Amino acid sequence: MSEVVGIAVLLWVVVTLYAVLAGADFGAGMWDLLAGGAERGARPRAFIDRVLTPVWEANHVWLIFMLVVTWTAFPQAFAAITSTLFVPLSLAALGVVLRGAGFAFRHIVRGTPGQRAMGATFAGASVLTPFFMGTVVGAIATGGVPPEGGGDQVTSWLNLPSVAIGALMVATCAYIAAVFLVSEARKAGDPEMQGYFRARALAAAALAGGLAALDLVLMSSASPQLYADLTGQALPLVIISAALGLGAIIQVLRGGGWARTLAVGAVTAVIWGWGVAQAPDILPGTLTFDQAAASSSTLITLFVVFGAAVLLVAPSLALLFSLQQRELLGEDDH
Amino acid sequence: MSLPLAASELLLARQQMAFTLGFHIILASLGVGLPAITLIANWWGLRKNDDAAITLARRWSHAMALLFAVGAVTGTVLSFEMGVLWPRLMARFGEVLGVPFAVEGIFFFTEAIFVGLYIYGWKRLSPRAHLLTGIPIVIAGLGGTLSVVAANSWMNQPGGITMDSAGKVTDVRPLEVIFNGAAGYEVPHMLLAAYLVAGFLVASIYAVGWLKGRRDRIHKLGFLIPFTVATIAMPLQFLVGDTAARAIAVDQPAKFASMEYILDTGPNQTEWLGGVLVGSQVKFGIGIPDLDSILVGFSPSTVVTGLDQIPEDERPPAPTLLHLAFDAMVGIASALLLLVGWFAFSWWRRREPPESVWFWRASALSGIGCIVALESGWIVTEVGRQPWVVHGLLRTEDAVTGASGIAVSLAAVVVLYTVLGIGTILALRAMSRRWRTEGLTEQGVPYGPPADEEAT
Repeated sequence: MSEVVGIAVLLWVVVTLYAVLAGADFGAGMWDLLAGGAERGARPRAFIDRVLTPVWEANHVWLIFMLVVTWTAFPQAFAAITSTLFVPLSLAALGVVLRGAGFAFRHIVRGTPGQRAMGATFAGASVLTPFFMGTVVGAIATGGVPPEGGGDQVTSWLNLPSVAIGALMVATCAYIAAVFLVSEARKAGDPEMQGYFRARALAAAALAGGLAALDLVLMSSASPQLYADLTGQALPLVIISAALGLGAIIQVLRGGGWARTLAVGAVTAVIWGWGVAQAPDILPGTLTFDQAAASSSTLITLFVVFGAAVLLVAPSLALLFSLQQRELLGEDDH
Repeated sequence: MSLPLAASELLLARQQMAFTLGFHIILASLGVGLPAITLIANWWGLRKNDDAAITLARRWSHAMALLFAVGAVTGTVLSFEMGVLWPRLMARFGEVLGVPFAVEGIFFFTEAIFVGLYIYGWKRLSPRAHLLTGIPIVIAGLGGTLSVVAANSWMNQPGGITMDSAGKVTDVRPLEVIFNGAAGYEVPHMLLAAYLVAGFLVASIYAVGWLKGRRDRIHKLGFLIPFTVATIAMPLQFLVGDTAARAIAVDQPAKFASMEYILDTGPNQTEWLGGVLVGSQVKFGIGIPDLDSILVGFSPSTVVTGLDQIPEDERPPAPTLLHLAFDAMVGIASALLLLVGWFAFSWWRRREPPESVWFWRASALSGIGCIVALESGWIVTEVGRQPWVVHGLLRTEDAVTGASGIAVSLAAVVVLYTVLGIGTILALRAMSRRWRTEGLTEQGVPYGPPADEEAT
């Protein structure tokens, strides 16, 4: 029982890390896409590239952790989700492939047309994955996934509330990335880029806020129980999220140093708000975390593995970031 | 009506899994083997103050980063596919397979971080510190191979679990899952295969350069370092492979009987080289009397289980494919063993690789040959386990998704991966062309100050 709660919390930690860190990557890709022609977009693209490069691959692993923890700890829910949502999950994977390939090759291909094709692939794919992952969340939240699996392959996720959550996910990635890029530009003492991404952070914030409100309204009819919980047991988190989001905007406008932290807090609060609203169900109304859970020996093993991961990975990441901060890492012009 | 449809979906799902895994296994092997080869060059370069070795390490590290990036992508696709193609496998045994995969996650994460450190550390880290950042990549490669192959070998010889009468897993003993009955030979077999693929493939590229008349120190070392790794690994692989085959004869008799064309249980089994199984007749094959029994139990009187002992619905499909794949693997491995023997002999006598152009021609083909052997071995393991996905516990047809649309995703995957494969090869070729045209001097001194002070 308590192991199940622990693993559910662990899963949500991984989901949060994926959403924030990969979200920033995806969002940066979107700003790359929207940066305009080769000449006009050269400055912001170069800036995005510089900020993104040294750690980009590390963020990929959160997705794998997310999938592995779900299938290991909650195999029945995982099977129900994957057997119903074949289409959006395949399309999200397509985004992963295109994005990774586009990014990997862009640094090698020389000459503008080739680079442009690679860049466009990379940037376009940055929209694909968060959107379809969003529709997966939407399908789960609106009860499109039956606990025994094999739900409708199309209508489960291709509906207004789920698509709206996909759109919210895209806007949120763009928002986080823009706030990150403002902070990076501020740190680098680059007022031009700071101003450039400030405008975009505000636009993305307005869009994300609007879509969040729309999603709440749609949810009230598509999934009344979840709506009641979002405005009930999860209400504090929803309010905290809105407040932090607003705080981040104020910091962005003032050029303050807290923008990034506040934006991350806002996104974190939304994700945990969703979790709290659904609790104790992993599939709302039909399957609880307890019912879906694997044997307790498996869950305990997962804790041990995760502990080992923290012990091994945390110092490695700390080393990476410390070397990066001390500017001991640089692109090898080889 | 629904049965043939389900059967074709099953085939499509198997094809998609086979295709994506068969693609990923090449990248994974290079991801495991190439860092070790790169580090050897780096270490050698520092120890002997050899600029050519450092230059090679630096170049290979860039190829390694590219291959790692592509491999991360194809690996992520596989974790999606475990769910979308085989939901009923995951529903029943996800909690078991998840144990080694979770461990693999740690190694993958570590690898991602240190690949980044190694690549971006060339210019400004001290040579020693930089070399040290490479070591975790090699260790993570070993650990990653152990975990992933543990999952695969568990499917061949499941153990370490307790199930209730309905077949639901009630208890998992993680160490028994990871160190299952087949892991002891599958893990070292795959690990050596990874080092062999990386060794022969890298060496073959420089052998081609050698044949084209590029005979500078870079090309010589570029051949010698990876080829030496392969020379050490090749005889070991023979021992491990031989052990594996004998273990399979006992533990997975259906797989063994199919791949060796053992039709009737008994002693004095013939070893077939090549040949096609038509009905219960081996055609066009060369049969060596008693040899199969001798290989299995060191005596012609060794009784080997044949297909007659295996219920018809538990026999692997396509025994001819299995047998020819097995023969291709063993045949190529034997040829490669002769090749590294030639090299070792020449090195022992003259401290030089053989001069014969035939040695270099054969070496130029060794990389591709080794990949064919790798894929053949993979086919034997995977097709040989059919019709089971988890041997004896879950049939593949009971694991496949009920979703339609696999034809579309399979087509998309084939197109996408073809582009990805071509792109990777073109990118590697573009890198190598740039290295050749820019030469050594323009790249800056590897451990010196950056050519441009601007942090780019």
